[in-house]
Amino acid sequence: MPPREGIYGLLAEFNTPAELVQATDEAYAAGYRRMECYTPYPVEEAAIALRFHKTRVPLVCLTGGIMGLITAFGMETWINVWAYPLNIGGRPLFSWPAFIIPAYEWTILFSGLSAAFGMLALCGLPQLYHPVFNAPNFRNGASTDKFFLCLEAADPMFSPGGTRAFLEQFPAVSVVEVDH
Amino acid sequence: MATKGPMQDPIVDPMIDPRTGEYAVIAPGHNFKSVTQKIAGIVLTSNTPLGWFFGLMVGGGVALGVVIGCTWLFLKGVGIWGVTIPGAWGFAIINFVWWIGIGHAGTLISAILLLFKQTWRNSINRFAEAMTIFAVCCAGIFPLIHVGRPWLAYWLFPYPNTMNVWPQFRSPLAWDVFAVSTYATISVVFWYIGMIPDFGTLRDRATMPFAKYMYGMLSMGWRGSTRHWIRYESASLLLAGLATPLVLSVHTVISFDFAVAALAGWHTTIFPPYFVAGAIYSGFAMVITLAIPIRKFYHLEDLITLRHLDNMAKVMLGTGGIVAYGYGMEVFMSWYSASHWEFFMMWNRMFGPMGWAYWILIGTNIAIPLTTLWSRKLRVNVTYLFILSFIVNTGMWFERFVIVVTSLYREYLPSSWGTYRATKWDYIIYVGTLGMFSFLFFLFVRFLPMIPMSEIRMMLPQTKVTPGGPTAETISEESV
Repeated sequence: MPPREGIYGLLAEFNTPAELVQATDEAYAAGYRRMECYTPYPVEEAAIALRFHKTRVPLVCLTGGIMGLITAFGMETWINVWAYPLNIGGRPLFSWPAFIIPAYEWTILFSGLSAAFGMLALCGLPQLYHPVFNAPNFRNGASTDKFFLCLEAADPMFSPGGTRAFLEQFPAVSVVEVDH
Repeated sequence: MATKGPMQDPIVDPMIDPRTGEYAVIAPGHNFKSVTQKIAGIVLTSNTPLGWFFGLMVGGGVALGVVIGCTWLFLKGVGIWGVTIPGAWGFAIINFVWWIGIGHAGTLISAILLLFKQTWRNSINRFAEAMTIFAVCCAGIFPLIHVGRPWLAYWLFPYPNTMNVWPQFRSPLAWDVFAVSTYATISVVFWYIGMIPDFGTLRDRATMPFAKYMYGMLSMGWRGSTRHWIRYESASLLLAGLATPLVLSVHTVISFDFAVAALAGWHTTIFPPYFVAGAIYSGFAMVITLAIPIRKFYHLEDLITLRHLDNMAKVMLGTGGIVAYGYGMEVFMSWYSASHWEFFMMWNRMFGPMGWAYWILIGTNIAIPLTTLWSRKLRVNVTYLFILSFIVNTGMWFERFVIVVTSLYREYLPSSWGTYRATKWDYIIYVGTLGMFSFLFFLFVRFLPMIPMSEIRMMLPQTKVTPGGPTAETISEESV
């Protein structure tokens, strides 16, 4: 990606989650779509205001789990029936009840790893650079006690003057420009 | 101490919620900033308490027992231990089961209590998870060094090799490999994922460039974006949902190591639930052992309150009850089975040459805790709980000793009877793992956030979003 220049968006800082949710909801109603909230803990109401409450993480997790189950059970069957058949006290080579236990463990292993790494991948993490960290007040608050709303310049509704005026009608502590 | 009932005495203790009469989960008066400062300050301070260095040195010194013991073991072989025929499973298996059982409470707290929406767990889940991981590290050593040829231990894994040899999946040993390795992996992943937002906080608050850099890398660029939080919460819930059946299965599989063998005292169906309950029992005792000094030395009484200790003691009471039922049922079944060998095994366990171990077990695991934990006064008595947690973990160690040793040393044929006596190398390696566990734990409390800051923030009253805002019903859905 070529280095971008200019303004990334306008970042409004709020003291309480309720103010953030109110502003986010009204920004959505005003037609803004390219926006994001930054909070020190999960604020579900903010996600509702952003109209974001469906993730693909469960689907990734389910896919991983099914893969783990098939992999483990298939591997056990292949190993104990064809690759290296051993007669243990005359018991059947295809002892599926015994195979369930490692298959169960690998179902959990694969789905757990899929959920964790799938979540990171969907979030685009690890990410070494993001423009919001350029805002002078972001680091001090977003991971401690402040609530941020960023209206991004990529939004067709965005105009530096108009969006600033829009954000300043809310009880924001500050509205700052964020550069790329 | 405000242990008097509200009828006799008006409540003056600020830690007691006047509406419920319960201890508060977090002391009143905290806000987002104060909890963040308190928890992050422990890690980011440049004044490391002297006691920490002392503890780390003692832990590290004792941990050398593992290094020295294992070196001598690899040079001489398992003959330096007390294991013989018929007592082929000695301290190694006892310690393996004991340590892994201790780990179970961490997963229970972080996963099962999350699913049950027990928000009080938020203060203790991080270090309980750390305890799980370190306990699994200690546990993992023992089966590896017990196999006799530890340099070939990787043969347990199914991997393509020029010998064309593969594992045998009808064996509980192969099940163990899958269960314990999955448990270790998922515990580490769950622990790390849980710490990512806190690493973000530490990155933003750190002043030293090196700390900034390290926590920045560990946080993966976490910025608290709402879309990330929603995926994150979803992944946490899924991991909790997966860790719950996992933790129950791990000790079940370990109990299969015993139950699948056709030996009197081992070959019973009660083993899986009884092992799992015992694991949680000993694990909660260990969480109490760790929580009490931590809250004292780091002044975290506001965040790890008497409510936590009270609740953990209640869980111990419940799981201890299940364990007591297990002991009772074992005795009953040895009579009811009408099996001569089962009956002899139980008689030998109680009154044989090693009967003392059984009575220590009953005393420390049943008699002392299950009579006293009913009292709320004792459940919130920090000193008593601290001592009790050691008593219970002694008892749980003896439980594994009794199970492993008494069934083995006098089995079916009197001509093959023997005895079991641990050697100094058994003790050195066992004590060494205790040192290793404390060494790792000291490193953890110094360098990682031991209480999840983001989850503590969620428990504060300021998190409430005033009604009147948008709700899920009034808006359309968008999937990304």
